[in-house]
Amino acid sequence: MTSQVTPSQTVGPFLAIGLPWPDGPFVVPERTPGAISIAGRVLDGAGDPVSDALVETWQADPAGRFAHPDDPRGTTSTADSTGTAATADPTGATASTPAGFRGFGRCPTDETGRYRIVTLRPGPLPCPDGGLEAPHLDVSVFARGLLDRVVTRIYFPDEAQANAADPVLASITDSERRATLIAVAQPGGKAGEFRFDIRLQGSRETVFFDV
Amino acid sequence: MTAEGAKAASGGLVLPHYERPVGVHPPLHSAAYRSSALRAPNRPPTPLPQWLTEVTGPLLGADRVTAADADLTRRHAAEPLGERIIVTGRVIDSDGRGVPDTLIEIWQANAAGRYAHRVDDHPAPLDPNFDGAGRCLTDSDGRYRFVTIKPGAYPWKNHLNAWRPAHIHFSLFGRAFTQRLITQMYFPGDPLFAQDPIFNSVPDPQARERLIARFDLGVTEPDWALGFVWDIVLRGRDSTVFESGEGR
Repeated sequence: MTSQVTPSQTVGPFLAIGLPWPDGPFVVPERTPGAISIAGRVLDGAGDPVSDALVETWQADPAGRFAHPDDPRGTTSTADSTGTAATADPTGATASTPAGFRGFGRCPTDETGRYRIVTLRPGPLPCPDGGLEAPHLDVSVFARGLLDRVVTRIYFPDEAQANAADPVLASITDSERRATLIAVAQPGGKAGEFRFDIRLQGSRETVFFDV
Repeated sequence: MTAEGAKAASGGLVLPHYERPVGVHPPLHSAAYRSSALRAPNRPPTPLPQWLTEVTGPLLGADRVTAADADLTRRHAAEPLGERIIVTGRVIDSDGRGVPDTLIEIWQANAAGRYAHRVDDHPAPLDPNFDGAGRCLTDSDGRYRFVTIKPGAYPWKNHLNAWRPAHIHFSLFGRAFTQRLITQMYFPGDPLFAQDPIFNSVPDPQARERLIARFDLGVTEPDWALGFVWDIVLRGRDSTVFESGEGR
């Protein structure tokens, strides 16, 4: 059967009319205990800032859970690291999902190509084959000049052991390419401040995924 | 969660799987669309399995939307200039099932073909009664409905005498990260299709047709507004059972 899916079209240069939300960059409110920030720039193939992009993130909560009915663990009772039972509710959210945690972040880039997301560290996730995915955020980037979104992932620099066991990172054999998916500690920043630049094109092009 | 805890929870994960539509979306590099030259990645994308992060997604609810957000003609002191139109349809997946309670966000130019955005320097008038942004949630059957004005065509600098066909930008979430879609809706019979590299970036002519709304006299309200119908089809899914520890 031929797919009847509606094709993608570029967001164009005027996405700022319809898509940014005042609370978009805040997956959790800024002063939430344990909140981290991930900031960086979106750059084009000439190394110039992309000032009309939109960066969106989606991730698990610190316990590795999603408030979503298609997280099958939400319908069973399992124990988290504190030993307390995570209780299911009809939305698939568990008792361990922190209040005010949306899982989703959205930030338009500014004149210098910068974006910034405030969130909580996601937990590791079980893979269907029994392995573990290291803590990560899925990222969509939309911009004028992109006829479809591009998808990447953000991993954390202080999770070396988990990253080494992550099947998605392992599928990228070139270590320099793999490194484009791992945030760095924000130079001169405080603990919990990370930097993640997205290079759309060029010799240090970010790894993008076909999902 | 500890590694052991995560491992213990992984038994028998049943995850939906979303089809990968082949030949539907535009290739990222388009010689005719100049802005893609320095922005489209050069390397082929790496396959990403559809696991927990990909088969879930934000379920953004009613707290983001008020009923007034779906009527772009009543957000200011007076009505905007232009042809009043109704744009309605269903958000469905490729299996034909409605996608309920999903957020739709739209933005568009005014009737003169000018966006209410500081970067738009097209010398056409702004309309103080039109900002061009709207949003709504689909109902339990996946239906949506906007009232707005027909956007104008406008020139852009992609090539000599380049004009965008009239269009409305649509942003959709569906229920999973895999289903996220941003696209544009066009109007039937637009004479500008043939020269538009964005519309024509979709290689399959049949897929391209799915970007065009149809005029509908039944949706048209007498003495009030023209009606257009546009259904949006997101990637469909089938359930696949994965067993933890198989083959060990």
